[in-house]
Formats: sequence, structure tokens, C-alpha cells
Amino acid sequence: MQLESFKMINVTIDDKEVETESGKTIMQVCEEIGIEIPRFCYHERLSIAGNCRMCLVSMERAPKPVASCAMPVAEGMVIHTNTPEVQKMRKGVMEFLLINHPLDCPICDQGGECDLQDQAMGYGFDRSRFQENKRAVKDKYMGPLIGTKMTRCIHCTRCIRFASEVAGVPELGAINRGENTEIGTYIEQALRSELSGNLIDLCPVGALTSLPYAYNARSWELKKTESIDVMDAIGSNIRIDSKGLEVKRILPRLNETINEEWISDKARFSYDGLKSQRIDKPYLRHNGKLVPTSWTEAFDYIKNKMRKIKGSEIAAIVGDLADCESITALKDLMSNIGSLNIDCRQDGAKLESNARVSYLFNSSIAGIDTADVILLVGTNPRLEAPILNSRIRKRFVTGEVTIGLIGEKEDLTYDYTYLGNGPTTLQQLIAEETTFGNILKDANYPMLILGQGALTRPDGSSVLGLTRKLAIKAGMINKKKSWNGFNVLHTVASRVGALDLGFVPTKQGRDINGILEGASNGKIKAIYLLGADELNMSKLKNTFIIYQGHHGDTAACHANVVLPGAAYTEKNATYVNTEGRVQYTRKAIPPPGEAREDWAIIRALSEVLNKTLPYDSLHEVRVRMTEINDIFGDPDEITKPQWVKFGKNLKTNVDGFVSPIKNFYSTNSISRFSVTMIKCADELTNLNSAID
Amino acid sequence: MLHDKDRIFTNIYGFQSHQYKSAKKRGDWSNTKEILSMSKEDIIKKVKESGLRGRGGAGFSTGMKWSFMPKNVETRPHYLVINADEGEPGTCKDREISRHEPHKLIEGALIASIAMGASVAYCYVRGEFNHEIKVLESAIQEAYDLGLIGDNACESGYKFDFFIHRGMGAYICGEETALIESLEGKKGQPRLKPPFPANVGLYGCPTTVNNVESIAVVPTILRRGSLWFSSLGRPNNTGTKLFNISGHVNQPCTVEEELGVPLREIIEKHAGGVTGGWDNLLGVIPGGASVPVLPKKICDTVLMDFDSLREVQSGLGTAAIMVMDKSTDIIAAIARLSSFYKHESCGQCSPCREGTGWISRIMKRITLGNAEVEEIETLEEVTRQIEGHTICALGDAAAWPIQGLIRHFRPEIEKRIAAYKSMKLDAA
Repeated sequence: MQLESFKMINVTIDDKEVETESGKTIMQVCEEIGIEIPRFCYHERLSIAGNCRMCLVSMERAPKPVASCAMPVAEGMVIHTNTPEVQKMRKGVMEFLLINHPLDCPICDQGGECDLQDQAMGYGFDRSRFQENKRAVKDKYMGPLIGTKMTRCIHCTRCIRFASEVAGVPELGAINRGENTEIGTYIEQALRSELSGNLIDLCPVGALTSLPYAYNARSWELKKTESIDVMDAIGSNIRIDSKGLEVKRILPRLNETINEEWISDKARFSYDGLKSQRIDKPYLRHNGKLVPTSWTEAFDYIKNKMRKIKGSEIAAIVGDLADCESITALKDLMSNIGSLNIDCRQDGAKLESNARVSYLFNSSIAGIDTADVILLVGTNPRLEAPILNSRIRKRFVTGEVTIGLIGEKEDLTYDYTYLGNGPTTLQQLIAEETTFGNILKDANYPMLILGQGALTRPDGSSVLGLTRKLAIKAGMINKKKSWNGFNVLHTVASRVGALDLGFVPTKQGRDINGILEGASNGKIKAIYLLGADELNMSKLKNTFIIYQGHHGDTAACHANVVLPGAAYTEKNATYVNTEGRVQYTRKAIPPPGEAREDWAIIRALSEVLNKTLPYDSLHEVRVRMTEINDIFGDPDEITKPQWVKFGKNLKTNVDGFVSPIKNFYSTNSISRFSVTMIKCADELTNLNSAID
Repeated sequence: MLHDKDRIFTNIYGFQSHQYKSAKKRGDWSNTKEILSMSKEDIIKKVKESGLRGRGGAGFSTGMKWSFMPKNVETRPHYLVINADEGEPGTCKDREISRHEPHKLIEGALIASIAMGASVAYCYVRGEFNHEIKVLESAIQEAYDLGLIGDNACESGYKFDFFIHRGMGAYICGEETALIESLEGKKGQPRLKPPFPANVGLYGCPTTVNNVESIAVVPTILRRGSLWFSSLGRPNNTGTKLFNISGHVNQPCTVEEELGVPLREIIEKHAGGVTGGWDNLLGVIPGGASVPVLPKKICDTVLMDFDSLREVQSGLGTAAIMVMDKSTDIIAAIARLSSFYKHESCGQCSPCREGTGWISRIMKRITLGNAEVEEIETLEEVTRQIEGHTICALGDAAAWPIQGLIRHFRPEIEKRIAAYKSMKLDAA
């Protein structure tokens, strides 16, 4: 359907003449001029339902009041939003919503942040005229994340619309009709979505509440800290709500360029992992057992061990959740020690740190909104970055994009053309005339999303080279439109920052494979693991392992010295997301026990080793980071790097691409110890086996 | 009173066959090709001039409705949807047309579709009308076999297909946009307007939804001329209409009459009068369950057409006249209608979902007298809170009968409440 071209029109709202664009709704225009219209069902990111009727306004020459959320403005309209009649209508609707509402605010988790409660202050009566029995509705099972109290439901259908429109899982619906209408998943099962937690935020009442947070705190008691999520490489903006020394819940924060107002379930619910299996004091291995010790003893122990080891026999590996400050400190320490064996690509991804353009999501996440062709290569964005996947879906539902996929055939919540499973298909796209190749060629804003599944292979460099070729051939690099459609989707939060800081070996140094090989043949004698847990520990049997991190995960079990670090909620730290956007986490709660902020641990160790690092404060570390790479001086912005040469032109093998993430709910040391995430994973297994 | 020569539905009682041969004798399909050779604008103009108002209940000008469709068919096809989901209590006119005059409907659908640039018409038939669907299906088959519809309908060069869709028994699916939703395979819930179906209707394409009767009278209007049709009835309420008379009358019947016929006359002439005589009349619901009841005093003089009934704060609706004599418990009767609306509310928007249940429960108590007199005020106010505040007209339909009851029979309610109180007092 063709949209009418926008034109300026005049409307009168509450005796105020307003000039506005046609195509807007009455409610939008009212918002612009500062008139607040009460609403329940309307949500700006969902389709318009117009069913709560709270937003009724009166319109001159109209036979009936109109729903302002749905009625587009037209030339000459005269609208009244605050006449006694309108007030009466709203009070009427409010009364209807309240007659069957349990009014159990004192025991409701939504209390204090409830739309119905707030608006009842303005439009409710202080007593009820309703003499009949209230309706009671049986609660529904919606999985381990969403608690239901369906009697409170006001049938706004926001949840249904979110599930079918944004999440792309049409598993929620309204059954029965009239006053017997009930919202549910039809067959009492968890929602098969990685974004289901957003339903809790969307629900204007306490019908859908957070199960892990249930009866934990009242909203007004919580300390709210604005921070960044590190569960994936998207860098979703979050708000950490804490009480005392505990994170009580995590909510999304609005950021149009990244996560809009959604976050993934992992970002929202893995916080309970911050409480279990934490390393809260330093440990030393004595007779094969880890025993608690003090910082001084731990540092002295390291000092003594290190004395006999040459710089070139030491290596350092950065893990998935490391922040840029500690990476900087570790890098400087390693170079002071004289070791060139450093790497941040513990999964062996063939990323090149010298060409920034080769490892960034260059189009930016918001750029997806303009793309007209998207080619997914070796990625399953639904599991690797659900927020990004929902952005692709958002583009998909406009019908203005064609999506192709090379890799695993999975349900991504939108339709795509399956092109093939591996590098062979890429070669065909470059060399031959194909249907999809032509679609790419004709596109205005084509984009390619290269996943880690294509880069962690032995032939990763060649795949990188191939995709570069394809990007050029398909016109994805267009200086005139300042469009760069070459995108790498990372799966871990630390990676881009570490690459930006150059935490990769020079030619003389050993990379991850070299380090592991060196460790197994005795050439590497000591290794410093900064939260690196996803390694093949059997190769490090004879190596002196220093592990710095916050969870007693795989690596800590094998370490000789364990240094307690801080998790992302416990430190002010810098992370760079997959787009190359520098963002800061903020300290919501202190680290447990004797744990310390990570850069400070390395700084302290450097002094013990007589290799003192030249910074004493967070500010000074950040100045140092900007010295290494000036992007760190530009927080929240993205700088577009130059298009340069990268990748290799070697033989590729024929194996298909496989996404590195199999279990979305268990990808890092925090989510692995989150009971909620484990329950989610179990639930999903049950769901899948029920289908088989 | 309507002369036999002016009757449109000459086989409404099914004395003759519904099949083509018989229908042809009655004048159906006689010069359809000629009619189709007129320009689209001319057909619409003639329907407009006839003054035909929609027979489904709202009484909107049919010709006007057709003219809202885009003039030319562009990328999206146009659709005609015929509403045969006759669910209004007391109404049984579309059913008579479907089973006894199916060819009038098919011919009308062809003409209306061509006039609006549609080449497909869907007829959404109430699922319970099993026999009627079978009759319609056989008539459609006949029409296809004879080339009346199909690739070259009546040799006019137009392509026209006619499909039947069976409803599943929801009253709300008679609302035009809920009908479209249901036809698309979704849950029958009214859509927000705007956009109107003429712009975004079935499958997102321009669509007109018309009642069976509105469509079935079109061929006769075009054959006999708009002037003939508009000369019947009263100004702005022209033509003939099928009336269904039920309830406390000696001979309940469906009858075609001129609009503007006096209520008393139609009951006495065609339905054999009220049981026990006119003076035994308590009240009449003149247009299906959704319109307010009229007390005898108004029934004495009121004329049966859109405007006259609106003047007495009721409506013509579907012209289903439900007669109640003095043996009727009028409160229980209206309470029954209330529970019907509670049952049929789709549950989408708050006032109707919550309100229909509330008023139905109050009505149930009032039927017994188990209420306070002040609650009559509450009841009235609640109906006002529903009326006009909902997405579709079901909210209004639920509110009006109660408003009519309170308007005309308030003393009756007060008496009932007082009686209950004294009974309780006696028992205690």
C-alpha cells in the first residue's frame, strides 16, 4: 500500500491551534504539545489495539467520542481532551477496569509502578458501586520467568501483540470471549522466546510479573543504577535495581540505537548467578587443593613463581566478560614483563585487530532499519544476540527487506532464503550469477552479518577474505551513501574492546593456539587468565595458572592462584559493543568479600612484581586507554573506520558454519551459575522433546 | 399498504421452487446483461436515487456506501462481502431470502460487485443455516452451469465468482469488521475504524459489506427503476422491507411491506393481531433485540421506518417486531436480552467486556426485585458509560434495551423491588 505523502495540517486541541503532520494520531499530537492522555493498551512499539478505551477524547462533529490512540488527525479537527464529558468517560472506563480487578495492591509486585494504580488516582472512585462478585481467573503457567496473576489482567493485549509482533512467537493469545476472555499460551507452556521477560515490563498491571523477583522488594526501596549488559556483545542499556548488597532485578533502559526498550532474558534474569559460586577471597593451591589466603600471600606466591620464569614463557588470555580497564592493565603488565603472548580470542576466531573495519558491526544496529537485503553468514542471531534479531524482525515485518542465510537452518522468527551451509555458497555468490546474488546487486542498502560461527574455524581468515570480496562485489561499501554493509556480530562483551586495545600477539608472539600448544609442550610456563573460562584446560596441566575472575568456573578449578575480581554489576568499567560503541557499566553493589575491581588487582600485582603500572585511578587508566586507541575518548558514539584490506585468500574447507552458541541460557560464567537460566534451559529442552 | 404488484420477494413463503426455472419466471435474471452494460457510476447512481438504506440495521444509504469504494481497481482487488450471519434475536428475513429467493441474492451480488469493481463476492452465512447453505450452494451451481456467473457472467464480459463461508455461531461476526476478521480466519473481533473497509477491508483490500436484503433488492430496483422504489414508503425511508413479526401475535409471520406502515396496522393485518386484542398489548421491540422497547401508548401511532422510530428513541434495526402482551414479565424479557449481550460480547474493549456482565447481573437481581431503588440510577448510568464508548455497536445494543426499559417501565421496576422487600419483611 502506498503511504500518502505527509503534509502539514491544522488541528485545534483544547482551544489551541496546532500545526502538525498528517498521519499522526491525536494522541501523538497531544503528547507533542504536552497534553497527557491516559492509556493502557497503547504502546508506541506495538500495533494499535484501541481496546482499553481509556484514551477517549471528544471530537467536534463526530457522533461518538474517538479513541485518540487510533484516530489519525485531519485538517480542521477540533478535539477536546479535558471537558467534564471526557473526564466522565475516562472515569467510566476506569470503573469498568476496576470492577473485576482484585485491588490487591498491597500484595502485588506491580504496586508502586502500576499504570492502573497511577491512573486510578486520577480517574478512580474512592468506593465501588459494584455489588456483584468479582471475577476470578485461574493463573496460567508461563515458564520459569513469568509469574501470572491473571485475575489482575485488564485485557490490554500488549503481551499478545509483543509476542506476535516483536518476539515473533505467536504463542500468546486470548481465549474465550466477553468477560470470560483469558490471556494465555493456549497449552500452558513457557513462551519460546529469548525476549519473553519484556512482557513483564509491558504489562500495565500486575498480571505478568517477574517470577525470580517475586515478593523480593518494593519498587520504591530499590537503588537504581544505570549500566550496560555484558551477556552478549550488543551492550544493551540496563538499569540495575539493587537493595543493600544484592541485585534485585535488571530492567532495560531506553536506547533507540541499541536495544530500543527491550532486553534479552539472559540480560534480565541471570543476575542470580552473581550470588552463587562467587570467588570472594584469594586462593592458593596447596597439595592439589585450593585454600583461602590473603592478598599479600597470593601476590608473594606469584612473585616467587614468576622469578624463575622468563617473559617469553608467560602468556595472558582475556576472557569473555573482561572490561577494557583490566585488559589495558594486563596488556601493559605483560609488555612490562616482556611477554608478547597475549590473546583475547579464546575461541580462536580469526579476527584481525589491525583492521578495525573487519571486526565491527559497521552498519550499526540501527542501520538494520534501513537495510533492504540482509545476508546472514554463519550466525544464529536469535541465540547470539536476541535484541539484534528482533531488530531484523522489525525490519522484516515492514516487508521491505529480503533476508538470506548461509549456515544452520534454524527458526529465526522471520522468513529467509536458505542459500547453503558453508564457504562454498559464499564462493558461488561471488563467482556465479545467482538469484540471491542479483537481489544483492540490485539492493540499495545491502548488508552482511558475519557470525563467529564462520570465523572460529581453522579457515576463518579465508572466510573473512571471502566475505570482504562479497561485500565489495555486492556494493555493500558505498562511500556516497556513507553505507558500510559489512558487519561482524560478536558473541561476547569483551571482544571488541580487547581488539581495540590490541590485546592480540604481534608476529613474534603466540596467539591462542600457539599459547595452548606452548603450554602443552612446556614452552609456556605461566599463564594469566583474566576471566578466561572457555579454554581447553587439559592443555594447561603443567602450566602455572593465575586466574582472575569472579566465578569459580572451569578455569578457577584448575588454577594455582585465584584472584577474586568483580562482576559487571560491581565495577565502573568500559565495554565496547559489537558496533564499536564505548559504554560504561556503573557500580551498583560492592564486590563480595575481598574481591576488588579488576584493573586495581592487576595494578597492585604489578607493584609486587616491580613492574609498576603508571596509573593509580580509574581516570588515569581511561586516559591510558585513550592513548592506546582514541575511540575510548568518545563514549556512546560510533566512529566509522576506513575500509581497508583484510582477510586471507586461501583454500576453505567444505564444512558448514555452526553457531558457537547452542544453549542460549548458558554462555558465560554468570549465566552458567544462574538457577533461573538453568531452569529456562531445562524448560526449553522439555518443550523441544514434547515436539519430537 | 403494499400492493402485490410492488412486491420484490414474490416467493418469500417458498410456495414456488427456489430453482432457476421458477426464479426466472418471477423475473430474476431476465435482463441482467442489459443492466451490466450500464456504467458502474450509473448503477451506483441509480441505487443512490432509489433511496435504498442498508437493511442490516444501521440504515446507511447503500448507494452511498458503494460510492466510497475506490473508483478504479488498482493493485488491490475489490471485494463484496454479503452479511448473511443473521443473528439478531427475532430476525429471520435473510434466512427466507437465502432459502426461497437465492437467485435474487446471487444476481444482486453480481450487479453490486460489477458496480464496485469487484470480481469476487463472499457470502458469510450463519453456520446454523444448514438448509439455507445447501439451497444457496445449489443455486450457485445452477448459476455457474448456466453461465450467469463465472468467467463471462451473463455474457457481459465480466468475471465474477461467488463463494459461501459458514460462520461458527458468534453474534459479533455479524458486525462488518468482525465478519471480515472471521472471514480471514481470525477470531471474530471488530476492527478499529478508520480505516474503513472501503479502504482497508478483507485481506487489506477495498471491501463493501452489505446485508443480504440490501443486495437482493438491487436487481429489482434496477429493473423497475429507482423512481418506482423511491415512490414507495416515506421520504428518506423509501421502498419495501421484510418485517418479521413474532411474539404474542396470533399469526407470527414474515411479510414484505412498505416502509412507514403503521405498527398497529402491520400487526393487525398480517399477524392476526395481538393475542387477546390490541388492548392486551404491553410493548413492542420494533427492530430486533438491540433497540429500545416501546410501550403501548407509542405503539398505537408509530410508523415503521427509520426516522419515525428514531423520533421515539428507538430504531428500525432489522425490522424484527417482537410483540409482548400483558402476560409478559418485561423486566425478565430485557434481562434475558442482557444476558445475551453478555454472552456475545467479544471481550475486546473494556466497557463492553466488563459492562455487559455488570448490567446483566443487576438485571438478574432486579428481575427478582433483589435490589435497591437507587440501583436503577446506577444501571442507567452504567449503560451510558458503555454506550458510544466501544469499538463497535454491540455496546450500544446492550445498553439501549435497558435504557428503553427504564424510560418506559420504571414504575414496574420500583414495584418489583418494593414487593421483594415486603416479602423479605414478611418472612422475617
